[in-house]
Amino acid sequence: MRKTGAEIVIECLKKEGVRHIFGYPGGVVLGIFDLLYDNKEIQLILTRHEQGAVHAADGYARSTGKPGVVLVTSGPGATNTVTGIATAYMDSIPIVVFTGQVPTKLIGNDAFQEADIVGITRPCTKHNYLVKDVKDLARVIREAFYIATTGRPGPVLIDLPKDVLADSCTPHCPEKIHLKGYNPKYEGNKWMIKQAAKAISKAKRAVILAGGGVIHSEASKELRELAELTQIPVVMTLMGLGAFSGSHPLSLGMPGMHGSYYANMAIQESDLLICIGARFDDRVTGRLSDFAPHAKVIHIDIDPTSINKNVYAHIPIVGDAKRVLRVLIEEVKEEGPHKWDAIRKAWLRQIEKWRKERPLTYEYSDEVIKPQFVVEKIYELTRGEAIISTEVGQNQMWTAQFYKFEKPRTLLSSGGLGTMGYGFPAAIGAQVAHPDKIVIDIAGDGSFQMNIQELATCVTYKLPVKVAILNNMYLGMVRQWQELFYSERYSYSYLDVVPDFVRVAEAYGAVGLRATRPSEVEPVLKEALKVKDLPVVMDFVVDWKEKVYPMVPAGASLSEMIFGDEEKKKGKKKLRAVK
Amino acid sequence: MRHTISLLVENKFGVLARISNLFSARGYNIESLSVGETIDPNVSIMTIVTSGDDKIIEQITKQLNRLVDVIKVVDLTEYDHVEREMILIKVAPKPQDRAEVLRLTEIFRGKVVDSSPRTYTIEITGDEKKIAAFVELMRSFNIKEFVRTGKIAIAREGIR
Repeated sequence: MRKTGAEIVIECLKKEGVRHIFGYPGGVVLGIFDLLYDNKEIQLILTRHEQGAVHAADGYARSTGKPGVVLVTSGPGATNTVTGIATAYMDSIPIVVFTGQVPTKLIGNDAFQEADIVGITRPCTKHNYLVKDVKDLARVIREAFYIATTGRPGPVLIDLPKDVLADSCTPHCPEKIHLKGYNPKYEGNKWMIKQAAKAISKAKRAVILAGGGVIHSEASKELRELAELTQIPVVMTLMGLGAFSGSHPLSLGMPGMHGSYYANMAIQESDLLICIGARFDDRVTGRLSDFAPHAKVIHIDIDPTSINKNVYAHIPIVGDAKRVLRVLIEEVKEEGPHKWDAIRKAWLRQIEKWRKERPLTYEYSDEVIKPQFVVEKIYELTRGEAIISTEVGQNQMWTAQFYKFEKPRTLLSSGGLGTMGYGFPAAIGAQVAHPDKIVIDIAGDGSFQMNIQELATCVTYKLPVKVAILNNMYLGMVRQWQELFYSERYSYSYLDVVPDFVRVAEAYGAVGLRATRPSEVEPVLKEALKVKDLPVVMDFVVDWKEKVYPMVPAGASLSEMIFGDEEKKKGKKKLRAVK
Repeated sequence: MRHTISLLVENKFGVLARISNLFSARGYNIESLSVGETIDPNVSIMTIVTSGDDKIIEQITKQLNRLVDVIKVVDLTEYDHVEREMILIKVAPKPQDRAEVLRLTEIFRGKVVDSSPRTYTIEITGDEKKIAAFVELMRSFNIKEFVRTGKIAIAREGIR
């Protein structure tokens, strides 16, 4: 039976099991929108900005593991998706973005609302397509979903010229995909895994560094089994938080620039670093030449380019984390019964010492709300089981430090690209996928304003997303760097005019709440959690002087952390000197 | 160190852009590049000459492999292989030197593909050294113009 291009798109989406699309209409994609008008199986969530649509699809994907789908028009509709696509690309998130394009005959003519989106997104997609013939459409869509979700996941874009959507053919969609140049490797090399097992048996001071790859490959169970079996402590990158229970005695939280002292010390003093699904980002490693100087490195990753890129891997294993870990656990068991408790005793005792020496902490105040206190309260009230999204900056780091993520896919945060304005639309995507779960965006006053328009989306679809703004009137992380490294010259980091967020929320038809004193934090949160069919914006007026500690200055080694209390002492000295 | 990398790629529009994009986005340098169809019209072969230390070359080959449209990547430098390049060079020697130019062309087993009262256009194939040597010799005969193909290379034995 002959079908138009637009019909083929809808049919293929159904075949892929797509229930929700995030999008925004426009001239050249009206053919598809017309079909969605009375479609019962696929719901389009109309955002208020295309960037919001892509982040929402990204949040949908991160919270479910299924690909998020975006549909936007040509030209500005397409270019507005770029930040969202780059965000998903850096964090390896499977999304499929459909963009409209001017008719094939007009391509290259500077037509109205024409943009070379395939060219623009080439460096920030895993792959992209311009469909020039309706006969290719079904196959391309199948390939796009396959590429987005297999191997190291990532965004794929399909550009759809208007005439291709209007043309018709008898669609042929192959069941099996065969791409000559794309064969992700899932099984790790047996011999290498054996070497890894041997290294684990020999090591005295081993640490596991778990990244987002553990979450992508659903390997949390295996990770826990390996860690518990061999009594190896686990540190998690920002993308890896939730891969291993944050309240587990073997969890050391996040390492890196704002990581815990004990996580960084454990890496620096380790003799074996087992990196699983992480890519040694500069925010994790600090100065590379001084990173984990005594450690032998086992690196498990599905993407060969991650291996040996920043840190030399003594034992490289290309493969899927879940499958490799399964084999590794068996190999470790085969290495012979070890008295793991005895082997690790001294190491774990040392780590406990570090933990006691410098715990993650802040100075509580009765007078003014400390941002960390808000995060702690959110953790307490949700028992670590809510889906939390963050914006970027201090709010993100405090969340990573003080919210102990219990389960994978419960933290949505732009790790690689560091996109302000990500958290709120991502929370929308997660709430669409999980209507009954508590979804909270821990935001800053700066970031929230970058996609604040999506309040309308939440109200339209009765999505009870909670936004907790840690409002300090500043671009807090910028301010922190300026205070520490730019002689307290606060160049353009003070947000002179910050709107009354309570009234903004109310103007959109959402609920607005505010807390200005520590005693009000819990009542406000409790009230927000009661709201079931509307978004809630909570404006927490926090101590603007608060900084994120510990901190490894950019370019320094992980061992060169600075701490809040030390800074304070130095500050006093400085004051005295002035007197 | 210089490396000659041979790539089998899908013969589709945009593939060359993906590859050159990869090099520029990651700060790698392309010294020469040549593309052509293979026996299978759906597949093209590219020969890229680039340079970098082992770590960079490892990244380049891995990153190239990661592209969906790239079917196979071989760093020919690791294997025994043959390289050829072709140049067309137009010289305008003084009348008394015309015979000498022809003699040198013969020594280098080149061909005169065009001649005019004032110029010769000469075709030379060979490896880099031979071509460099010929160009050097022609310098004293008033080079007007010259174009080169970029290197193509093939392994001496079948490479798995």
